[in-house]
Amino acid sequence: MDVEEKRRISLVVNGRKIEREVSPRKHLGDFLREDLRLTGTHLGCEHGVCGSCTVIADGVLVRSCLMLAIQADGMVLRTVEGLAEPDGTLHPIQEAFHEKHGLQCGFCTPGMLTTLAAVIEENPSIDEAGIREAISGNICRCTGYETIVDAALSAAATMRQGA
Amino acid sequence: MKAPPFAYHDPRSVEELTGLLGTLENVRILAGGQSLMPMLNMRYSMPDHVVDINRIADLDYVRRVEGGLRIGAMTRQRTLERDPLVAQYAPVLVEALHWVGHVQTRSRGTFGGSLCHLDPASEQPCVAALFDATLHVAGARGERDVSIHDWVLGYMTPAIEPDEALVGITLRTWDGPHGYGFEEFARRHGDYAIVAAGALVALDGAGKISRAAISIAGVDVKPIRLTEAETMLTGGPADAGAIAAAAEVARGLECMSDAQISGDYRRRLATTLTRRALDKAVKRARG
Repeated sequence: MDVEEKRRISLVVNGRKIEREVSPRKHLGDFLREDLRLTGTHLGCEHGVCGSCTVIADGVLVRSCLMLAIQADGMVLRTVEGLAEPDGTLHPIQEAFHEKHGLQCGFCTPGMLTTLAAVIEENPSIDEAGIREAISGNICRCTGYETIVDAALSAAATMRQGA
Repeated sequence: MKAPPFAYHDPRSVEELTGLLGTLENVRILAGGQSLMPMLNMRYSMPDHVVDINRIADLDYVRRVEGGLRIGAMTRQRTLERDPLVAQYAPVLVEALHWVGHVQTRSRGTFGGSLCHLDPASEQPCVAALFDATLHVAGARGERDVSIHDWVLGYMTPAIEPDEALVGITLRTWDGPHGYGFEEFARRHGDYAIVAAGALVALDGAGKISRAAISIAGVDVKPIRLTEAETMLTGGPADAGAIAAAAEVARGLECMSDAQISGDYRRRLATTLTRRALDKAVKRARG
């Protein structure tokens, strides 16, 4: 049995159509970083606890360390690199992180940004409790979360006006 | 951390799945992956074959059936949280799911996966026990049903053969109005519970308790129904004294003990959480 037998997958990542051969055991986070060189997605714990590898798969938030790349065959993915417009205009949540000092070391930031972008896009009227619930699965060791929550509330307000 | 090498299979039908399970050795079934993927990444689990059931389309549903609600094994927790039938017939499941992991894990994690993984402190088997669920298991010899009360053979061990797979779960939901409550204590939100308790209460026209169910997770390898307390409550008043007396039954439970949490502490939690869950259920039953 050749266990390392690779399989061809095709998917869309940040609007770009991708086809690659992958080993079945490679998780999606490693695939994004190593195969696609999209190193914005960070891998912290690799067992589903820290949240920094969060990406948006077919519109829902998932931990990319808890999915095999092979399972993303046919999916549409958004990573932190895909939040800004193609012309470089930042997503409102990215702008707000900049404004409100929503990051220090930056390790948790990609997971925070993807999580908050998805939940605020789904519900721009989200309140502080909802935001805290949404990021309860994302660990930050620097900020104490306060500036992240401030940024999220600010981004939500911007997106309500912009909608 | 990388998963060990394995051969990957992604069957498209239950027939194809049971065919594979009947021929392969040392197999793990990959459902939502929120427990198996960490176990693979940390190499606690070293299967030769991973059978991914995410591409089997007809395992993801919620259906009203005779005597209850049938849920496909691959129905995501996030789907159940928002399902109108679940909200109508089993709202306690929605309340329990809010304690399960986080939005990023509930979007992948499945009801069937949780019932096969069987963490002793897991909320979903606890709710299944509350509703006297029937588990539908498919194998090469056809489908068979197992009661949730016979499902847990031991620590994280379901009553399922290596060549079988859980395909659906029927919750025996209650006809008529009833109240519900689900309470839990964990060190951090999203962690497995230390202890969790769910309760269902129906009241008769005179405001007395006509039916009660109590299920507790985290005290034993399987969810425990507090049948003695249920009997005590049935036919009696729905007041604070009766609720407190029923909850006291939990203080007599044999509880697991480990390096962090003593059995004594679990008993105290079980008593307090049962009282709170019953209290909530009675308040909601009154409307």
